[in-house]
Amino acid sequence: MKIVVCIKQVPDTEAEVKWDLQKGTLKREGMDSITNPFDEFALEEALLTKEKYDGEIVAITMGPDKAMDVLRNALALGVDQVYHINDPAIAGSDTLGTSYVLAKAIEKVGNVDLVFCGKQATDGNTGIVSPELATRLGFSQLTFVAKVDEIDAAGKKIKVQRGIEGGIETVEAKLPAVVSVSKGINEPRLPNLMGIRKAAKVQIPAWDCDAIGAAKDKVGTEGSHGKVVELTTPPPRSAGEMLKGEMEEVANVLVGKLLDLKVIK
Amino acid sequence: MADEHKDVWVYIEHKDGVTTPMSYELLGAGKMLADTLGSKVCAFVIGEKTEEIAKNAGNYGAATVYAIDGASFKTFRPDAFAKAGASLVSKFKPDIVLYRATTQGQDLSAAMAAQLEVGLGSDAIDLQIDAGSKTMKLTRAAFGGNFLATYMNTRSKPQMATVRPKVFPMPQHDTAKNAEIVKESFSMAEDDARTKVLQFSQSEVAVNLIEADIIVSGGRGVGGSEGFSVVKALADTLGGAMGASRAAVDSGWVPYEHQVGQTGKTVKPKIYIACGISGAIQHLAGMRTSDCIVAINKDAEAPIFKIASFGIVGDYKQIVPKLVEQFKQKLNK
Ligand SMILES: Cc1cc2nc3c(=O)[nH]c(=O)nc-3n(C[C@H](O)[C@H](O)[C@H](O)COP(=O)(O)OP(=O)(O)OC[C@H]3O[C@@H](n4cnc5c(N)ncnc54)[C@H](O)[C@@H]3O)c2cc1C
Ligand SMILES: Nc1ncnc2c1ncn2[C@@H]1O[C@H](COP(=O)(O)O)[C@@H](O)[C@H]1O
Repeated sequence: MKIVVCIKQVPDTEAEVKWDLQKGTLKREGMDSITNPFDEFALEEALLTKEKYDGEIVAITMGPDKAMDVLRNALALGVDQVYHINDPAIAGSDTLGTSYVLAKAIEKVGNVDLVFCGKQATDGNTGIVSPELATRLGFSQLTFVAKVDEIDAAGKKIKVQRGIEGGIETVEAKLPAVVSVSKGINEPRLPNLMGIRKAAKVQIPAWDCDAIGAAKDKVGTEGSHGKVVELTTPPPRSAGEMLKGEMEEVANVLVGKLLDLKVIK
Repeated sequence: MADEHKDVWVYIEHKDGVTTPMSYELLGAGKMLADTLGSKVCAFVIGEKTEEIAKNAGNYGAATVYAIDGASFKTFRPDAFAKAGASLVSKFKPDIVLYRATTQGQDLSAAMAAQLEVGLGSDAIDLQIDAGSKTMKLTRAAFGGNFLATYMNTRSKPQMATVRPKVFPMPQHDTAKNAEIVKESFSMAEDDARTKVLQFSQSEVAVNLIEADIIVSGGRGVGGSEGFSVVKALADTLGGAMGASRAAVDSGWVPYEHQVGQTGKTVKPKIYIACGISGAIQHLAGMRTSDCIVAINKDAEAPIFKIASFGIVGDYKQIVPKLVEQFKQKLNK
């Protein structure tokens, strides 16, 4: 079985976020970055799948030079192959452009049975890329996956559980499929020292638009349909009222104040 | 060339043919946009039997309802629904299409966006029409709610967006209002569908944080699963949902479905009560836009107090049961 994992590098939540308002995009340079937390679950699920069903794992990321870090981490954990999609033309891609590039890269990898993505990236918070990717590739679209029940590689079928509003849905789908996973599906392992040493020596192959056959007018700021035209900071929440005194009295005051909002029935 | 795209469309979601009033909520936002543009708000529905849903959409304000019926559309499946939806959009060319930011709305909108090659704005908390360009302006929270970003798609039509549940007022249900119903056919061989829903099992505790008006959350300070029964008692008394911080979820005290925050759910209830939660930036990312925030924490220096509308320094074990008791009394429960 051939498995692809899509891993994105995102700014650390605690890092100061810088925006290029001219372009309406994030200035990714000089910001502390981490592997998108949901992609750690995707990567772990790929490793577990390989351990159980055998196969080969290819990790890909699309991003600037330093996005390579997330691939080194994937190598240290034991993926077989990585590709770094890096081309100045890609900078500023929206989800449509991103899913196009990733789809082209996955087609280039070829004969893929299963693609794992994270449920969403914590920077854009959209969760759109994986369903778009599935549609573009013509693969089954399995989002919000909380558990992979079984994979029948020969019969080209997969059974998963999806966490949706109000409960769990069990879905059977044809392979190939794009599976985006949510937290709780597994406990990501940490790389060991030997893995890290080995990964440090690997020459990470880079692909540009030409390498994957992506049309430049469909990617980057140029190819994006949407644009952030304005960025504001919401009015700071003024710290409200501290309720002090004897607990019985404090509870009484709070109950009164909350009932005044006329929300509680 | 004159732009032939017109009208604002709203996708009416259902689960196996069953809707709730919330399924129709975006007809209110759609009407507001349509009025500004001088066009109509319309609905589209895909299902096995859609008559009742189409009629209701009319009652909630849709001028026209486009419907596709078929046995392949009994339960929601993204590929089947997206193909059907894209066929409607390609034929009737709406200017704007809105979906709810639910699992179904997100699945369908993204699949349709990729099929139609159009942009998609997600999780809007405000929608407006730009006066000059007549383009939809969508506001969403970005970067843990530290920023509000305004997004516009001036490149492609239809302009599509998912909208956070409950940010726009519910439209009125009025049986005097009826829609013109346009039935379109779209057939799909069962063999062509890539996915099949085998089963749905309802959670014992249906957690619908996104739609809750009141959320009572617990964190590490609650101390364990027993502590969460105190938190739950307050949530139940108030008719609200129970939330949790990641620390509480990672400790195994409550399942992940309850987690609020950057790697959990983003919520905007009218009242959010945080018990034993310190207010780390990743937690605030998921709840800072709540209308009224109440913080109960032993530590007067906890960052949660900086954003709380009402703060109480103290032990939740003492305060929360008192709140339950007093609410019960005053609400005659
Ligand atoms: C990439 C990433 C993503 C994350 N995503 C999320 C997320 O989605 N959601 C999330 O919540 N966190 C998330 N976190 C974790 C976050 O940084 C914090 O660790 C977490 O929110 C802390 O939870 P807490 O407030 O319950 O615990 P703590 O920070 O330990 O706070 C416990 C609080 O309880 C108070 N307390 C103790 N006993 C009592 C008592 N008896 N009565 C009243 N108060 C008491 C203490 O004073 C303290 O303030 C994420 C972190 C990272 C790095
Ligand atoms: N630039 C990227 N490189 C690799 N994978 C990505 C990229 N952007 C998004 N993805 C994948 O798509 C998922 C959803 O991202 P998003 O739709 O941006 O929230 C992520 O968790 C990744 O698995």
